[in-house]
Amino acid sequence: MNATQAIAKFRTCKTTGLRVFRNAEFFTKVNAVLAVVFLLVGAIAAIGLALTRWTAVHLLGSVYYYRMLTLHGVNMLVFWIIFMEMGILYFACTTLLNSRLFSKMLGWISLALMGIGALMTNYIILAGQADVLLTSYVPLKAHPMFYLGIILFAVGALIVCFNFFATLYIAKRDETYEGSMPLVTFGAMAAAIIAVLALAHGAAALIPTFMWSMGWIGPVDPGLYRLLWWGLGHMSQQINVCAMVSVWYFMGTMTTGAKPLNETVCRGAFLLYILFINLASAHHLLVDPGVGPGWKIWNTSYAMYLAVLASMIHGYTVPASLEVAQRRKGFTKGIFGWFSKLPWKDPGFSAVMLSIIIFGFMGGITGVTLGTEQINIIAHNTLRIPGHFHATVVGGTSLAFMGLAYYLVPLIFQKEFYLKGLARIQPYVFGGGIVVMSLGMSFAGSYGVPRRHWDVDFSGSILSAGFDPIAHVMLGLVGIGGIIAFLGLLLFIGLTVATVFFGRSNEGRPMESWQDEHSTRMKDELIEKGYEEEGKDYEHIKTPGTLTVVIIFLLTFAVYYFANWKALADLWFVR
Amino acid sequence: MSIFSPVGNWFKAPTGTERLWVGLALTWCLIMSVTMPYWHFKGKQNSTGESYKVEASAFLDRANQFIESNKVGEEKGVPIVEPSPGGDAYLVGEMWRWYPILKLKKGQTYRLHISSPDLQHGFSLLPMNMNFHILPGYDHVLTITPTSTGDFEIICNEFCGIGHHMMTGKIIVE
Repeated sequence: MNATQAIAKFRTCKTTGLRVFRNAEFFTKVNAVLAVVFLLVGAIAAIGLALTRWTAVHLLGSVYYYRMLTLHGVNMLVFWIIFMEMGILYFACTTLLNSRLFSKMLGWISLALMGIGALMTNYIILAGQADVLLTSYVPLKAHPMFYLGIILFAVGALIVCFNFFATLYIAKRDETYEGSMPLVTFGAMAAAIIAVLALAHGAAALIPTFMWSMGWIGPVDPGLYRLLWWGLGHMSQQINVCAMVSVWYFMGTMTTGAKPLNETVCRGAFLLYILFINLASAHHLLVDPGVGPGWKIWNTSYAMYLAVLASMIHGYTVPASLEVAQRRKGFTKGIFGWFSKLPWKDPGFSAVMLSIIIFGFMGGITGVTLGTEQINIIAHNTLRIPGHFHATVVGGTSLAFMGLAYYLVPLIFQKEFYLKGLARIQPYVFGGGIVVMSLGMSFAGSYGVPRRHWDVDFSGSILSAGFDPIAHVMLGLVGIGGIIAFLGLLLFIGLTVATVFFGRSNEGRPMESWQDEHSTRMKDELIEKGYEEEGKDYEHIKTPGTLTVVIIFLLTFAVYYFANWKALADLWFVR
Repeated sequence: MSIFSPVGNWFKAPTGTERLWVGLALTWCLIMSVTMPYWHFKGKQNSTGESYKVEASAFLDRANQFIESNKVGEEKGVPIVEPSPGGDAYLVGEMWRWYPILKLKKGQTYRLHISSPDLQHGFSLLPMNMNFHILPGYDHVLTITPTSTGDFEIICNEFCGIGHHMMTGKIIVE
């Protein structure tokens, strides 16, 4: 390849010195833009939901409540998050491996399939012919276009995964990098492997359902459908977790110069995700008929707890690597001196740090507890469930992706943000709103308040039912938290869209740092040192601060876990 | 540097604090793994998922026969039915009601059969907050022993169409 060709195929990033390959860069950009478009659709639906669940407001009518709930679930959990993840895959297999993209053609095909699929599904939901919620549990039936849209989208995503693996192959073959692939690429690879498994389950659940909705075949067994659908639905969350943790590591390096403590441990933890999540659909079926206690317990503990171990490992290694980086910069005062000196005003950093805290302390602890076979009796289909997953997938994954965007836009779109002051507070507004909303949901759910329910006063029912006034206060928190998070989300969308389309170009120079000159210089020095000092001064640095935090985490976890067993023990006897 | 390839042989066991944490986390995971089977044998609240395939019409026939032979009253047009202690009881969840109203005795054990002739429903007993999933085509059997007295509400917590929020029922325990 001569010099002219080389110039056409990639540019060298002025900030990181990494090569950004034009083809992959294009697809990263398009996927990120589409992600934000669908995020906006999901957000508009979200505010309607929050203001309807707030019983004092009760904004939407019942038809629109369930329609918006379908729209919200599909756009947030499928389109926003997967488009964003596809953008990350394109980036991780090219720039980080110093390789070109395997196929531009496949990139276009997958983009077309995903775009058309997303549009079809959105159209048919808004047309009012698919009020079946995200899970579309049979025999509830939607217009065939609903299933077909999701299937096309999934096939498109599968092609991106193929393009990703093929790029890993050609990078290895052409020796574009030495030794092992970087940790972020490894995490992305774990996400892509799980994505293939998840999409295979999705096909098994949705293709027969599509055929049934067309009238080609007879009814689909509802129990089997739930098993297969959750093979898609839950494994997708593990794609999110892998992508999110990769972003934690990526942003840890970019914002503080952190380096993983031990590559074996970090990679081993990703491996645990791949190996032990394949039957995680089980904990959506813990109070189902059709599957026995042996099956439930085995799949819950076998599939969950080694994957839980993986998350607990990342939950230590990421903050510990930040602590080591800070201590190497000289912030060694006491146990937490390093912590207060972290770059809290850098939205890329604060979003990721909040993501780690919210994911661990709220999402993780609740998730494992609610997914315990017997405890699920006091949690299944109550608001405790969305209380849990808004802490993992919104406060965790979406917030981490927002943090990533504060670096993605300057580095890939090569545009500088306007109104940086607003960007600096955005992660706190959004994260704070999600925390309030998630707590409101969890506490309301502990009174038995159902999820996916338009009216918890049960107006029009023959036999009356209702909830304690405190539950209504908690639903008020859902509304208030929802409003705050919505404002944070609009701020994010407004800032990124304005910047991408009208921002100041930084082509040909490094991105403007979010941090002051001194901390920028210190982190850049650490990044430049790279792996050079392995085994010299590095391994002697202790992490007492992180150890203290994780011990507090473990105690919180244990208290919450056993408190739930206690609550369960007070119930009627049942088996 | 998570964005660069690691240098040299990076395959090595964790040390120091990291090793301690991996050990603690693994121990906790094992404790949680043991707790579930322990509770299965020693605990009083378990979801065994006992169930039988059933045609909707066959289940409705059995439920209606149960109502006819055990009916003790009526509330707002909904039959109140008292199953014999230790015997079978039937509960139908359909769009959009749970019927009949069941009258049970504290401390007695019943085999409660629940199914749906139409969509999936969620059996949710309030204010205790006990929840089980109900599928059409499956007779879900809960072997249940009430330990408290009073009137208990049943609501549906799986989306079942536009009247989902009107789907309620009742269990009376004496």
